[in-house]
Amino acid sequence: MSKIRINRWKDQLFKIWGITCTLIGLILLVVFIGDILIDGIMRIDWGFITNLPSRKPEKAGIYTALMGSLWVLGLTTVIAFPTGVAAAIYLEEYAKKGRFSAVLEINISNLAGVPSIIYGLLGLEIFVRVLGLGASVLAGSLTLSLLILPIIIVATRESIKAVPNTIRDASYALGASKWQTIWNQILPASSGGILTGVILSLSRAVGETAPLIVVGALAYVPFAPGNPLDEFSVLPIQIFNWISRPQHGFIENAAAAIIILLLVTFMMNGVAVYYRNKWQKRWK
Amino acid sequence: MRKLKEGIIEKTLLTSALITIAVTIGIVSVLAFETVRFFKEVSIIDFFTDTQWTPLFTDKHYGILPLLSGTFLTSAIAISVALPIGLSISIYLSEYAPKNFRKTVKPMLELLAAIPTVVYGFFALIVVTPFLQGIFPSLSGFNSLSAGLVMGIMIIPFISSISEDALHAIPKELREASYGMGATKLQTAFKVVVPAASSGIIVSIILAISRAIGETMIVAVAAGQQPRLTLDPTVPIETITAYIVQVSLGDVQHGSIEYRTIFAAGITLFAFTFILNTISYSIRKKYRSAYE
Repeated sequence: MSKIRINRWKDQLFKIWGITCTLIGLILLVVFIGDILIDGIMRIDWGFITNLPSRKPEKAGIYTALMGSLWVLGLTTVIAFPTGVAAAIYLEEYAKKGRFSAVLEINISNLAGVPSIIYGLLGLEIFVRVLGLGASVLAGSLTLSLLILPIIIVATRESIKAVPNTIRDASYALGASKWQTIWNQILPASSGGILTGVILSLSRAVGETAPLIVVGALAYVPFAPGNPLDEFSVLPIQIFNWISRPQHGFIENAAAAIIILLLVTFMMNGVAVYYRNKWQKRWK
Repeated sequence: MRKLKEGIIEKTLLTSALITIAVTIGIVSVLAFETVRFFKEVSIIDFFTDTQWTPLFTDKHYGILPLLSGTFLTSAIAISVALPIGLSISIYLSEYAPKNFRKTVKPMLELLAAIPTVVYGFFALIVVTPFLQGIFPSLSGFNSLSAGLVMGIMIIPFISSISEDALHAIPKELREASYGMGATKLQTAFKVVVPAASSGIIVSIILAISRAIGETMIVAVAAGQQPRLTLDPTVPIETITAYIVQVSLGDVQHGSIEYRTIFAAGITLFAFTFILNTISYSIRKKYRSAYE
């Protein structure tokens, strides 16, 4: 009898421990965001967003970094979105099961686990040096595109896989070709899932710092980029630069810039989750 | 005409898929190319046995060990935080928590992984280190302890989410059989469900380790820039990744030996993550759909 009671007691104890661990995670998230809000919210005003970088913390703004981030986001989308989706369509709809597709699969899974800074080294050697793009927005965007390619491919494959075969059969029965079936049926049907994956991967690209530092993005850029070959900075690098300075004013700036960066990241995640929920209902 | 168009489209799609192979070849050849040239100037024995890493000083030493010990130290601290907490969360969410609680909490925890790592670096340096200094006054301003702790928080969702997926995929019948024998939820979790889901749990842990050793910004901000062969978590150290950042921020001449050190350091990091990823991939492949 007593052994049963001890076991029940242990069971309850673990339950409390489990709740505590879960809450620790959530509380840390709240503490963390709260602390950054306290440090930085007072610093955010219109000037902070539109001012150029400066050596005086109270005059410095994030304009060039923000524009740099938008440029990188735009170019990365243009490069990585079509390439990733095309690769996924090939793997899911065309590639025959065999050694070749197995190699492709292992390779993509391995790429997804390569640390981001290694992509930076690749970009530095290939895009910056060999192709001679220099430390430009384009070189940075190409590097980030390669970094998020595996994520887009995996997400796209998952959503294409979820489209029932009956849709394909119905389209073929009406005389549609393979590509017509993919373009008119499969892609529209899986667009929600694809979009979710693409947005999540882009939100990761917006927060990436290390590969862009390696590629040579600068901490101090006097002007916003005007074309893809201009040098650039991005928000995370601006934040990194401000954190490493001793004056307290820059710490406040870093916190304020973090608020803006988190706002962008969380908004993108929110949109992605919205699409995922909307899309999940379709086939159930 | 239609056949031609279909053919062109297929080739275009194939090209996109082949880009992924080109990326791998690119990474390996870039790292190997610069590393080979690095080893023309530095003895490979020194690289693995010298206990000092000082390529940026006048008295140059090229021993990777201090960078490896820094990487190992911060990752070990991170895993010792993330593993118990992440696993407990996954078991609690999968075995105990009400369905709705699980559905709301899981995406919230995943937000922890969506926060850019430079933000965690801020947190480690500006909040955690001063807090810990209040408890251990001898703690340096840069140290592996706070970097490791904060990195641990960051990788909690890697372990909790993937493990929870694995636990959740175990069929109900197994649990019900165990309950039928009079087992408590705790006994069922640890003696039936966790062993059945072990391959998924191991995969999640390997991914977390691989993530920790490749993590850059937290350690670059908070752990310091002083490569030293030590396991003392209270002093400044430097990881492989932080060293690459340090060199990239400076004005290093392309083609110089300093420039090549980051590729030699990079290939060491790549080798470790490659081994870990390959192990996790083969486990996933071997045990996939055991219960589907």
